[in-house]
Amino acid sequence: MSTHHISVTINGTPYQGDVESRTLLVHWIRDILGLTGTHIGCDTSACGACTILVDGKATKSCAMFAVQADGRQIMTVEGLEQGGKLHPLQEGFHEEHALQCGYCTPGMLMSSLALLQRNPNPSEHEIRVGISGNLCRCTGYVNIVKAIQYAAEKMQAAEQVPVGAEGGE
Amino acid sequence: MIPGTYDYLVARSVDEAVALLDQHGGEAKILAGGQSLIPLMRFRIAGPSVLIDINHINSLEYIQEIDGTLHIGALTREAELDQSALIRERYPILLDTSTMVADPVVRNWATVGGNIAHADPANDHPATMLALGARVVARGPAGERVIPIDEFFTDAPFETALGSNEMLTEIRIPAPAERSGGAYFKLERKVGDYAIAGVAVYIILDGSGNVSYAGIGLTNVGQTPIKARAAEQSLLGKPLDDANIHAAADLAAAATQPTADTRGPVEYKRAMARTLTVRALHKALTRATGGE
Repeated sequence: MSTHHISVTINGTPYQGDVESRTLLVHWIRDILGLTGTHIGCDTSACGACTILVDGKATKSCAMFAVQADGRQIMTVEGLEQGGKLHPLQEGFHEEHALQCGYCTPGMLMSSLALLQRNPNPSEHEIRVGISGNLCRCTGYVNIVKAIQYAAEKMQAAEQVPVGAEGGE
Repeated sequence: MIPGTYDYLVARSVDEAVALLDQHGGEAKILAGGQSLIPLMRFRIAGPSVLIDINHINSLEYIQEIDGTLHIGALTREAELDQSALIRERYPILLDTSTMVADPVVRNWATVGGNIAHADPANDHPATMLALGARVVARGPAGERVIPIDEFFTDAPFETALGSNEMLTEIRIPAPAERSGGAYFKLERKVGDYAIAGVAVYIILDGSGNVSYAGIGLTNVGQTPIKARAAEQSLLGKPLDDANIHAAADLAAAATQPTADTRGPVEYKRAMARTLTVRALHKALTRATGGE
C-alpha cells in the first residue's frame, strides 16, 4: 500500500492532503474535504451522480483514484453558484422543475455544464446524448432537457450583451 | 465499495512503464482510463498489487493516417475518436463503435488501447478491430512487436498475447480501400450497458461489385471476442445480395456461443447476432457504394 501527498485545486481553492492509493476521488472530496454536494449513487460507475469536471472534462469521480487528481483542476457542483447567484443551469433546473428527489442533480448539472461548454447551442438529441451517462429515476428527463435548453438560451444571451451594457453598480 | 490496497506508480514514458512492468512481473497492471479496471477493483474482482499509471504519457494519444495506415495511440480517449474529423470522414465504423462504448462521461477517460487490452468479450472495439483486420503494437523490454488482432485475443476470456512485461502502445488499421465500407451495430438494453449482441462488419468490393474482403467480429456472444470466419469466407467472390447476406448472417449466428443471463436467453442472443449481421452488412454495402 502506498500513501501520497496530493495538491488539487477545487472550485478555485487549493487543497492538499495525504491519501491512500486506493482512496477514490469521490470519497476524498466528500469524506475528507467535506464537499458533499457530489453524490455517490452506484458502485459500477453507471449512474453518473458523482460527475465532476477534472481539467474541464466531465468525470465520474468514483472511477478515478484521488491520487490521480494530483496537480489537476477540479470543479464540483459547489462551484456553480457565484456570489450568491445561481448558475443559469441551476436556475433552469429550478424554473423547469428538472428535479424531484434531487439525488442525480449534482452530476446532471456537471454533465450539462460540460456539454454546454463544448456545444453552447445543442439540439434536443445532442442534449439527450450528452446526459446519457447520468441516470434520473424521477423525472423522465423531459424537464431536465428543458432546463438545459433554458440555460443554453440564457448563457448565449448573456454572451451577446454588448460590452459596457451591463453593470454600473 | 473500496478497492484493496496496492502501490501506485506513475510512468512518464513508455520505456519507464515497461521497465516498471518488468520489475514487478505479473503483479502489476497498467492503469489507463481505468473505467473498467477501477470498478473491477472496487468489486475486488481485480486485485493488482501494483498499478502503473500511464495517463501522463501524452505521446500515446494520437490519431494519424500515414501511408495507408491509421495509427491510434493506445491512450487515445474514446471521446477523441468521437470528435475526430478524420474518423468521422474516413472511418465511420470506428465512430459507430466509439459512440457505443459506455456513455459520454466514461468516454472522456476510457481509452481505445484499454478497451482492447482488457480483452473483455463485452467490449466493443475488439469486434471492430477483428472486422478491420487491425494490428496492435506491443512494447516490451526487448523492443516492439506487431501482433495481428486475431492472434492478440486468445481462447480464454480477458486474456491476450501480451507478456506480463509488455504493454500495448498502438493500434494500426488499414486505411479504407476503394469500394470499402464498415459498420458496427450493438443492441443494448440502455446506454452504458454491455451488448446483448454486437456485430462489426468491414467489406471491400472488387470492380464488379463482388466481395474481395470480408471481416466480421462479434461482441458479447461468447467467452472471447469472436471472428466469424465461416461467415467471412462465405461472402468472398460474391455480390452482397440478400441471399448471400442472409447466408453469412446464419453462419455468423452459428459462430456465437452465448450464455443466458439477464440480457436474455441463448436463442435470443443468437437471433440478435444474426439480425445485426444482416443490418451491418447492408450498412457496410451502402457505405462502400458511396452512401452513409
